[in-house]
Amino acid sequence: MSSDYEYSDDDIDYSDEDDEMMDTQEDGSASSDDDMDMDAFNEDFKVPSKAMRKTYEIEYDTLTQTAVEKAMAADIEHISGIFGVDASVASLLLRYLSWNKERLIEKYMDNASAVSISAGISPPSRSSVSSSAAPIRSHSSSTGGRSSGGLRRPTRQTPGKSRSPTPASVYPDAPSAAPKPEPFVCPICFDDSQTSFLSLSCDHQFCAGCWGAYLTSKIREEGEHSIRCMAEGCAIVAPDPFVRSALADDIPTWERFQELVVRHFVASNPSLKYCPYPSCTHTVSCPVAAHKSALTTIVPIVSCGASGTHKFCFGCPIEADHRPVICSVAKMWLKKCRDDSETANWIKSNTKECSQCQSTIEKNGGCNHMTCKKCKHEFCWVCMGPWSEHGTAWYSCNRYDEKTGVDARDAQSKSRASLERYLHYYNRWANHEQSAKLSIELYSKTEKKMEEMQVTSDLTWIEVQFMKKAVDEVEKCRTTLKWTYAMAYYLEKGNEKELFEDNQRDLERAVEDLSELLESQIDTEIISTLRQKVTDKTVYVQKRNEIMLEDTAKGFLDGRWSWNVSVEGFD
Amino acid sequence: MASISSRRLRKELTEITTQGCPVGIKLLNADNFETWLFSIEVLGETLYQGEVFKLMFRFDSQYPISSPAVQFVVDNEFQAPIHPHVYSNGHICASILGNEWSPVLSVSAVCVTLQSMLASCKVKERPQGNDQYVRYAPDNPKKTRFHYDGKHHRV
Ligand SMILES: [Zn+2]
Ligand SMILES: [Zn+2]
Ligand SMILES: [Zn+2]
Ligand SMILES: [Zn+2]
Ligand SMILES: [Zn+2]
Ligand SMILES: [Zn+2]
Repeated sequence: MSSDYEYSDDDIDYSDEDDEMMDTQEDGSASSDDDMDMDAFNEDFKVPSKAMRKTYEIEYDTLTQTAVEKAMAADIEHISGIFGVDASVASLLLRYLSWNKERLIEKYMDNASAVSISAGISPPSRSSVSSSAAPIRSHSSSTGGRSSGGLRRPTRQTPGKSRSPTPASVYPDAPSAAPKPEPFVCPICFDDSQTSFLSLSCDHQFCAGCWGAYLTSKIREEGEHSIRCMAEGCAIVAPDPFVRSALADDIPTWERFQELVVRHFVASNPSLKYCPYPSCTHTVSCPVAAHKSALTTIVPIVSCGASGTHKFCFGCPIEADHRPVICSVAKMWLKKCRDDSETANWIKSNTKECSQCQSTIEKNGGCNHMTCKKCKHEFCWVCMGPWSEHGTAWYSCNRYDEKTGVDARDAQSKSRASLERYLHYYNRWANHEQSAKLSIELYSKTEKKMEEMQVTSDLTWIEVQFMKKAVDEVEKCRTTLKWTYAMAYYLEKGNEKELFEDNQRDLERAVEDLSELLESQIDTEIISTLRQKVTDKTVYVQKRNEIMLEDTAKGFLDGRWSWNVSVEGFD
Repeated sequence: MASISSRRLRKELTEITTQGCPVGIKLLNADNFETWLFSIEVLGETLYQGEVFKLMFRFDSQYPISSPAVQFVVDNEFQAPIHPHVYSNGHICASILGNEWSPVLSVSAVCVTLQSMLASCKVKERPQGNDQYVRYAPDNPKKTRFHYDGKHHRV
């Protein structure tokens, strides 16, 4: 965090005096809350002390693949020690019971051999084989009352009066069918040039080439972490040392296999989640969000640690920051947007007409303050109202005026009112999303400005970073604003919602203000003035964002929010 | 090119032509190592007495490590058998063609298994959700992830 953006003691002049003190803090991200001016907050917003985590930030750890492997190895070693079995056996047992140590210990103590058979470690005893009850895969039993073995086994005969001869041709090389001792030929490839054969504890022999091809296919195509023997109906699982040696020098496939095992370990543990970003191997550990019930009070947004952009939600599949709104409401909103996308599509369009002269206006920046090129009419892109009203306190672009009964009497105007209401929120939601995207464009413009500044002033590269910081902050706040509209759509009318919308309005106004400054012409400004202005506004925006996130997060903890629909976990 | 697939299929074809198919199964066409066609009927007292079906096997280069794509042919001449595990487009929901496939199994073995699947049928009916499945089904049944452990898909 650049020191320019820490909150200073004075709310109006953001001084840089205590930079050094800030920078020495252990946790840079949680610094300087105590510097906020209390007057700017509403009463129930208590400023946390330096050491305290912000309410909207949750506790979590990031783990590299190596760290996860270590945790996994510790579990394996633990089980291996208790049961007195090889690590590879312990690993198969754990995989079989989805890494649930407690359940494994309980079941194993109860009946070790049954667990070993089910986990594919030891073959079933003779008697259970001859009964052909197929204890492993019960779903393979047929509906017709015949034994399951009969369906899978080609050597069984078709029922009925005319009995067919046993189709011995199926296994011409099976020992029983061979009249004289012949050299062993692999029953899969029938390649008699093969000399190397491998088998698992079940003694089903196949050539090394077939094993390699089979394991590769199971790992690469099917992503399996527990691979069964190739023999028909055999449930023995290949232990890791076998997989390793059968893959010979195919190291990439072996590594992929290890990754699959790790992924299974992570997926089985509710307090771990793999980073969803492509080809990232980091894992996040977040025990506070491990239980679904926690998701009514916290929004567990985490970052994997490999890259700052790898932000995702621990509690739901949204691969982005959706604070301040909780997972179930975010999900509900996204579904509504998907379902109503056609109705609302026109809103997203990049062009609108000037409300005064009707000429077409295209939006190409992130700022909502539009000026018609033709008639110079200044208006708000979102509500199309005059911009002059947006600066004054009585105007609220963010708040939807719930119309009372009168014109909502018949069904038709009721459904129109509900569509209008939805469009109000959707419009603002979509606009912030789009504006956040346009900020990428804005950033390249900003970069150019910074280059210009470096040339025309004696500022160093570091000193012109305030522009980049400002753009980043705008994007972050637009993400917050976007989700506040999703939340406001479902918030029950009342005082709490009004407070929420006050915070929303203040943040929105601050963001639009900064946005506008960033898009203004640079040459008329003296650099140091611009720098001061942008820095001040960035600090203010950051502060408004903090308030928005913090107050909403506290509201969830305090159970302050109520909804106009039924929401999972709220009653 | 002596891939596992072609060597294995040549071996299977030799056996079929020298020793014959299992009873009730006839080889119709095996001109290449990509697609083989068989006719199949269920002998004895079954619900399919007198009916003849046509089976198509499609092999990829991974055979027999990966299973063949097997389905009943539906055309002007043939229909798919009415069976709780056979969709009207000929796709078959059978675990041995999916997660219980073993590279040790052969074309003959699959034919015999399907024969006994038909033979053991008690009620002639289509699988649940047949129309829905057929409408969206991929051309190759291997692309479908069947759930064999469901009540209605136990083969
Ligand atoms: Zn082989
Ligand atoms: Zn085996
Ligand atoms: Zn990542
Ligand atoms: Zn979420
Ligand atoms: Zn105009
Ligand atoms: Zn407006």
